[in-house]
Amino acid sequence: MSLRHSEPRGAMLLTALGALALHLLPLPDVLGIFRPAFVVLCVVYWSLNAPRAGGIALGFITGLALDVFKGAVLGQYALATSLIAYVTIRQHLLMRNKPVFEQTLFVVVMLLLWEVVIWAIDGWTGQASAGLGRWVHVATGALCWLPITLALGRTHSAR
Amino acid sequence: MAAFATGATRSLPQRGPAPGLRFFIYAVLALTLMVLDQRGGWLERVRYGLQAAAYPLQLAMNSPSAAWNWTRKIFEARDALQVENARLREANRTLRMANLRTAALEQENAALRGLRTRLPGLVDQWLPGEVIGTETTTLRQRLVVDRGAANGVFKGQAVLANEGLLGQTLRVGPWSTEVILVTDPEHAVPVQVVRNGLRTLAVGSGDPETLTLPYLPIQSDIKEGDLLVTSGLGGVFPQGYPVARVAQVRRDGTSPLAQVRATPLAALDRDRIVSFVWFRDTHPAGPAPRADAPRGGDPALKPLATPPAPAPPPALAPVAPIVTPASAPAASTAVSAAPAAAVPPASLPTTTVPPASVPAVSKTSTPPAGTRP
Repeated sequence: MSLRHSEPRGAMLLTALGALALHLLPLPDVLGIFRPAFVVLCVVYWSLNAPRAGGIALGFITGLALDVFKGAVLGQYALATSLIAYVTIRQHLLMRNKPVFEQTLFVVVMLLLWEVVIWAIDGWTGQASAGLGRWVHVATGALCWLPITLALGRTHSAR
Repeated sequence: MAAFATGATRSLPQRGPAPGLRFFIYAVLALTLMVLDQRGGWLERVRYGLQAAAYPLQLAMNSPSAAWNWTRKIFEARDALQVENARLREANRTLRMANLRTAALEQENAALRGLRTRLPGLVDQWLPGEVIGTETTTLRQRLVVDRGAANGVFKGQAVLANEGLLGQTLRVGPWSTEVILVTDPEHAVPVQVVRNGLRTLAVGSGDPETLTLPYLPIQSDIKEGDLLVTSGLGGVFPQGYPVARVAQVRRDGTSPLAQVRATPLAALDRDRIVSFVWFRDTHPAGPAPRADAPRGGDPALKPLATPPAPAPPPALAPVAPIVTPASAPAASTAVSAAPAAAVPPASLPTTTVPPASVPAVSKTSTPPAGTRP
């Protein structure tokens, strides 16, 4: 008995690249606040639906890419994103078959957790703390969860 | 394969170490990176490599806007191009006129400094680059530009836009460079008010439209509309480049410091072409050496004796020989001509040495001017 569904690694890599591009595309300041954290949404999706395809490494590598692109302290986004990947992989059996609404709640928690970790590291490394603007993307990210699951669901065979 | 036999638990991540252990390893790795990165230059090489790896994706992300610009350029109507051409011609003519005047001024300035030959230009070389990434949040105001170490860009280099100072290079990759803008909260640029020479620091606010001047006492002479130029201290920027215009000055009794805001002249969040600039170190207006640089003033510079010549009446002296040479009495011209001949040798050292010594001297005497709260 072999793996009937091979892990959707190719789709995962492509969508992760796409999510990075969407996450980092230069946007005007006002729009930038509302931009969801596409990378986190992508990592959560793949950790839920194909936890063995990327695993925590997916979170770490995409996070490291964010570090490099954003010029953050090396490891800041990597830590936050691999934490998200870890928690999601631990919970994936529980959350995978839940209705979208409950999944959305889970995604909100993950986005908040991610932002809290980044906020904390910002604080420790002596960066000025931003206002409430940094939390806005949690709401927009939650709104984006349904379209993202639908879109990413088409990139690989259902399991 | 043993792992494949456990088909029932196929989707459980049971291959390799448990996820908890894996996460622990990654977390330790991330924390190590953070500590090393915070501790200074340990990760410069790593970052250099990562930046090189990131460059293609950065280019790809920039491609939509680049493509948009390209198509817009292609479909730009002929008359629009003609209008723009005429406008550019006009601008070019104006600039050339201004430049003629600049040349004359430079000549005059060199003569005033007692130099026999015209000074070489302050700008040695410059290199335009295109912005391929921006981050303008309240925490970071950065640009990524498609020029890097391969083009000779170095860390701590001044970056200018057409209208004024933009920032300096922060991290240099092989083909791309991260530029920290003057409005980054971690950036401060030493500036000077053109009107009266008042020196202070302009600190970024995290807003691309605002610089703050937090170290000015409440009684300092600054007002709205003042032009701020670089003061030449700090070792990165040369003297005299426009930075910002004071937009708002608030003095309230509760604070010993004035609250001053200035608007940067360069369109920090809109410029797409920026220039890296190499300055001639030997030019008097070049960046002053940093305080920690291993040089301490000019040993040849000695205190000067007061000129022994009798001082003519102060109100008349400068005026008499120049404006009304004929009407001035012969004795007066003789007296004022003597100092004119006698003074230059005595005062030359102070005027010719400045390339090295004026910044060093003014560095020690800077704080009282305006930076002390």
